Amino acid sequence: MPRRTDLKSILLLGSGPIVIGQACEFDYSGTQGAKALRQEGYRVILVNSNPATIMTDPEFADRTYVEPLTPEVVEQILRREKPDAVLPTLGGQTALNLALEMESRGVLAELGIELLGARVDTIHKAEDRELFKALVEKLGLRCPRARTARTLEEAHEALKEVGFPVILRPSFTMGGSGGGVVYNREDFDSAILWAFQQSPTHECLVEESVLGWKEYELEVIRDSADNFSVICTIENIDPMGVHTGDSVTVAPAMTLTDKEYQRLRDASRRIITEVGVETGGANIQFGVNPDNGDFVVIEMNPRVSRSSALASKATGYPIAKIAAKLAVGYTLDELRNDMTGTSAAFEPTIDYVVVKAPRFAFEKFPGADPRLTTQMKSVGEAMSIGRTFSEAFQKAMRSLEIGRDGLDSLLDRVDYPRLAQQLRLKSVGTDESSPLSEIPLLATRPGTPGSVSAADPRAPGIHAKEISPDQVHPHQGVPLGELRRAIADIIQTPLAERLFYLADGFRVGLGIEEVHDRTKIDPWFLHHLRSIALKTNRGPTAEHNPQGETLFYKVDTCAGEFEAKTNYFYSTRSRGGTLGGPAAGNPVSEATVADDKPVMILGGGPNRIGQGIEFDYCCVHAAFACRELNIPSVMVNCNPETVSTDFDTSDRLYFEPLTFEDVMNIVAVEQPRGVIVQLGGQTPLKLAVQLAEAGVPILGTPADAIDRAEDRERFDALLEKLKLKRPPGNTATSVEQALQVTKDLGFPVVVRPSYVLGGRAMEIVHSGDDLMRFIQAAFDAVRGAASQTILVDRFLQDAIEVDVDCVCDGKQVVIGAIMQHIEEAGVHSGDSSLVLPAHTLSESLLDEIRESTRAMALELGVVGLMNVQYAVQGDDVYVIEVNPRASRTVPFVAKATGFPLARIAAKVMMGHSLESLGYTKEIIPTHVAVKESVFPFHKFAGVDTLLGPEMRSTGEVMGIDQNFPRAFMKAQLAASTALPEKGTVLLSVRDGDKPSICKVAQRLQEAGFSLVATRGTADALRQASIEVDVVNRVNEGRPHIVDMLRNDEIHMVINTTEGARAIEDSKSLRRQTLLSGVPYFTTAAAAEAAAQAMQEAQKGPIQVRSLQEFAATAG
Amino acid sequence: MTNSSVSNLDQPPAHPPTPGWIALADGTRFPGTLFGALNPSILEAGGVQSVGEAVFTTGMTGYQEVLTDPSYCDQIVTMTAPQIGNTGINGVDNEASRSHVSGFVLTEPSPRVSHWQSDQSLHSYLVNQGVAAIGGVDTRALTLHIRTHGAQMAVLGTGDFDTLVDHARGAPSMEGRDLTGKVTCKEVHAWAEGTQGWWDGVDAIKGLQGAQPHVVVIDFGIKQNILRRLVDHGCRVTVVPSTTSSADILAHRPDGVFLSNGPGDPAAVSQGVKTVQELLGKQPLFGICLGHQLLCLALGAQTSKLKFGHRGINQPVRDEATGRIEVTSQNHGFVVDVPSLPSGVQMTHVHLNDGTCEGIAHPESQAFSVQYHPESSAGPHDSGYLFQRFVDAMTGQSVK
Repeated sequence: MPRRTDLKSILLLGSGPIVIGQACEFDYSGTQGAKALRQEGYRVILVNSNPATIMTDPEFADRTYVEPLTPEVVEQILRREKPDAVLPTLGGQTALNLALEMESRGVLAELGIELLGARVDTIHKAEDRELFKALVEKLGLRCPRARTARTLEEAHEALKEVGFPVILRPSFTMGGSGGGVVYNREDFDSAILWAFQQSPTHECLVEESVLGWKEYELEVIRDSADNFSVICTIENIDPMGVHTGDSVTVAPAMTLTDKEYQRLRDASRRIITEVGVETGGANIQFGVNPDNGDFVVIEMNPRVSRSSALASKATGYPIAKIAAKLAVGYTLDELRNDMTGTSAAFEPTIDYVVVKAPRFAFEKFPGADPRLTTQMKSVGEAMSIGRTFSEAFQKAMRSLEIGRDGLDSLLDRVDYPRLAQQLRLKSVGTDESSPLSEIPLLATRPGTPGSVSAADPRAPGIHAKEISPDQVHPHQGVPLGELRRAIADIIQTPLAERLFYLADGFRVGLGIEEVHDRTKIDPWFLHHLRSIALKTNRGPTAEHNPQGETLFYKVDTCAGEFEAKTNYFYSTRSRGGTLGGPAAGNPVSEATVADDKPVMILGGGPNRIGQGIEFDYCCVHAAFACRELNIPSVMVNCNPETVSTDFDTSDRLYFEPLTFEDVMNIVAVEQPRGVIVQLGGQTPLKLAVQLAEAGVPILGTPADAIDRAEDRERFDALLEKLKLKRPPGNTATSVEQALQVTKDLGFPVVVRPSYVLGGRAMEIVHSGDDLMRFIQAAFDAVRGAASQTILVDRFLQDAIEVDVDCVCDGKQVVIGAIMQHIEEAGVHSGDSSLVLPAHTLSESLLDEIRESTRAMALELGVVGLMNVQYAVQGDDVYVIEVNPRASRTVPFVAKATGFPLARIAAKVMMGHSLESLGYTKEIIPTHVAVKESVFPFHKFAGVDTLLGPEMRSTGEVMGIDQNFPRAFMKAQLAASTALPEKGTVLLSVRDGDKPSICKVAQRLQEAGFSLVATRGTADALRQASIEVDVVNRVNEGRPHIVDMLRNDEIHMVINTTEGARAIEDSKSLRRQTLLSGVPYFTTAAAAEAAAQAMQEAQKGPIQVRSLQEFAATAG
Repeated sequence: MTNSSVSNLDQPPAHPPTPGWIALADGTRFPGTLFGALNPSILEAGGVQSVGEAVFTTGMTGYQEVLTDPSYCDQIVTMTAPQIGNTGINGVDNEASRSHVSGFVLTEPSPRVSHWQSDQSLHSYLVNQGVAAIGGVDTRALTLHIRTHGAQMAVLGTGDFDTLVDHARGAPSMEGRDLTGKVTCKEVHAWAEGTQGWWDGVDAIKGLQGAQPHVVVIDFGIKQNILRRLVDHGCRVTVVPSTTSSADILAHRPDGVFLSNGPGDPAAVSQGVKTVQELLGKQPLFGICLGHQLLCLALGAQTSKLKFGHRGINQPVRDEATGRIEVTSQNHGFVVDVPSLPSGVQMTHVHLNDGTCEGIAHPESQAFSVQYHPESSAGPHDSGYLFQRFVDAMTGQSVK
């Protein structure tokens, strides 16, 4: 059936902020969807609260609502826009849930809006575990057996059905705490009683253990004519029990016979048909018993998912785009394969191996349980393509940017005997204060150069037979036999670094069989991992390609059967071309030497905290800029979730790690007129100097200017020249020196490593009690780095932080925006909420900031973007940091002001003046935009939610409205913090905040809230004649504040604190607040903003407005 | 406990890995490392280990099925999927009792077997079957070359390039070669084994069958899964050699006759075409692949050689009657020319990528056939309905 003509307008739901488990992949799918629908001539209305997305660029839709993704708001937009249909299958779980809610509210029926892509019963059948299980069983397939038990008797009944080994999953616990595997009857009773105790509902799921089974995912699509294709099959290296998002995965499946695979394909087809996905993509997960091929159905997503993005990048088949077209009526045979021009109704086949590896951020969340479970904990991922598994795997490790070239040895830095000991302790009790958190499970340290490899003479040889078990390991200090046992014990537990640990196991003589017994990782993978670890991975290919010449091959969906017109490349060294005389030709690279002098854009690599979608947004805009200027563009990136790695974003895409060597190989082929390094975050910026030294032209700001901004002494000289202030401070290379600097400055001080990303190991120290600890931590963080220096600066108490983004063409500077942080200085700028335009700074201060920014940009010779962070204390403006590159706020500024800063900057880098681009003055909108950060605290049990100088947010949302309180309210709502309309607010603040909190309390009281406070705070409030009840702190007897929270007697919490002791004391309050889902604010400034918003809320409900409408009326 | 999936089944190779080449008739040579069954004396002196038509197949699973598919007779088969041999060789995935390929070309032969069913490694199987192979080849470069310059004769070997290339040039091309005699069975025999639990819905199909239709299968090099699927559908199966006369076939009193797949140029299988002509209209006929081409030739159509063929398990075919798309398993170098189809012959299936003929029906004589492999193995199970269609024809339901 061709495209439907009965539909005119379609509303596309986005997925909101980047959170763990829902990242840029939905920007990729949403952008593809929006593009496809507009190509088909539909009016597209888009809703997404995340301003850092490409999909929310106003040009991708007719109406773009950057509004909270809540049922109320979406309903309002539906009523306002009255679309003919809603497409919810490209926006993750968020969009699907919203669609269900709209249906159950009757809004869709009332307005006559059709749901495209998935029917309501389809969503229910796939998402409701009971319904899904029944459906699977009806098809003669099976899910793991499971029963819920509430009593010991019920548990014994369940056990009869399920059999050993059994998994216990207590209901409603965070991170699966209290659960585990039980192998025998002897342990069962105590384990189940423990599990009951852990569950707030005293319930536990008794489930058949398929731990250790092989795990597969099939990415499938189906159309309204019942045509069905498997786009990609993905095999997890980690067997069942580790979330697929946290597992290293491989495509295509490596260890299935065709009969086994086709059985999964048949099952997928029957399930998707029975569930009723008729127009679009889905993914289905299976567990396969490695001993007999039996399989179970784990779950299904009736929508495009993270794995769909991976499958699209892995095969070249654009699932989201095809899904969008199927949703509007096309059938697969009516669509073409963009790459080859052949039919889209086929199954991609690939002639390479794809490896995806997760990137973790446990170092940001001390106290978090680092064990990998069925709940996803990774914050990003890298994908790599190689001609063989070994090649792809090593490229993936390189792509992660965790300081590894491959399976590097950690024998010199991980204390294996101790780790084994701690894991043993951990498996006994499962309280939140895990001893695991004390050890650096992620052993990487920033800037750590290469490590001890098997080739190191100090490390024991690679031939297991030659190693005596009594020989003491030089780094580990224990006999090898003991070390082997320790590693064998450790690898039983899935941890972020497990593959590195088991590689070390191989190095000290563990065998494949033993590692398989402990990990259940398929021996096929272990064989290859062992070869990599022992560097015996010499395929028959090596001798024919001794120079290791790098060749580029195409991703073409068809293993070379048809010619691909598109230019999507990966590199390989495994083997090249033909051999022989002239007739035979030389090694063949499919990326022929270009003579069109392209612009090369270096992307940001895997998402991590501090470097996420914002930078991908900027890189994509550089590609757009090239297109507008008719300059060929070349994109280099390795993050499969992104829009930048869509093969039609740029003219040529290289899916490659972002290391110097990998980039230079591409430079050699492409001979670019220049490389853009300032848009992809730290990843490409770090390469700038090396690239420049290698003679590669850097577009825009020269590498030396970057160094001038980063080098402390050179930067100080620059500030002095311009007569600008920075907070007093100094560098230190020893603990003694750091103590002296602190003494000179006086408390409070900020202690941090000289090289920081996302505020790693940065602390504000208020007293001598904590000083030593934090100085030590900062030195730990720079150990192994090129410069073992830490910085100690005076902390500017109660200062207001300001972020400025500007574009400079070398002659002229245009301020993109001045943004005021809502939280005071001390909270990492990436975690702070900010408001645009700055709402409380005087015009003269703003002018001073503008002037300083201009002066620095011109002095540095910036060509492109520059970001400055200032701290304003009273009337004094201090420069905190200058980054001559794209900042995290660039997309936010673009959405708030309507000017695509990154695209303008890219054009400036390509030689255009701001004047010629018609961008010559700062845009100060008449509306207000607030950016709020989103945190993954829910995923990490036991982690303190207090904001600080270490960045921990994964994503952001924007609230945009006519005034600050309303914009702030929207931002909070979008960040899942629904401010209460009535009820009780708890206040407990540090002494310094007591004056300002009185004003907050006043506002809340005026808005009709009742107040409770801890003793000291209550005293202060009463002195200001504010009525308040006193509540006990946790250590003051019961009932205390946590009790009140548990009883749902508190509806919002304002808690500020300082000093290690007080912070520790109040941590349980913040955790309980999080668990209770109560809005909380940990700074007085944010509390003030919230109070204003709550007052404003009483004037009327949220009003929605599209970006296009804001632009029409903007300043 | 010994876990069967853990034990490494690889045996030490009979000879050290030897650098060698696949050399094509057009003078192009690709280096690699020879393994499998190699002639040691030739290895020493340098020379040709095996000769065949260089083709590629794009399936990512099912290398054992490829190795044992008789239609690959006299071909040097390149697997475009890079990791081959991972699941070893087992007793249930065979399509014939032995391998008929003349050479096997791989990127990375698996150094490790990991599969519960496996009873030997790829290498040891190739040694046992006398098949020469070459690993470490840039199979993508080779595939692109074949795509661009066409399937052509090739050799695996060592030593002087020119000698190897000359040998490839001198080898007879696929065109005009009847290879069915090399792969057909020697004796008439019955077949009673089904797919043994690997197929969905077999019990349901069997439950529906009343009488057991008797199918005589003319074996031009049949893949055993066709026989299994016929049994799954309740058929009593008698397999006869390719040279069996129509009279002898009819003497078996079949309810239908099945024309199997097989290797080589269909136009050269003149006796087969004659037999089919004589059977037309006598009983329902169903042909697959070569069987399809023979039926079309018998009906008066012509065949020709494709540049590099259709080989893979992802080939999209549209059923013209229903408009539905089947993802099919294919292995053919020749094709029935659409314009040559005589009147009375309907084109029932068309290849979505190049519009070639993938299936026909001749209602007048209750005959139908497909170019692709509805028995799958390897490949998706989308087209199994054709076996039911055959059964329906034999049991008195009309061919749709």
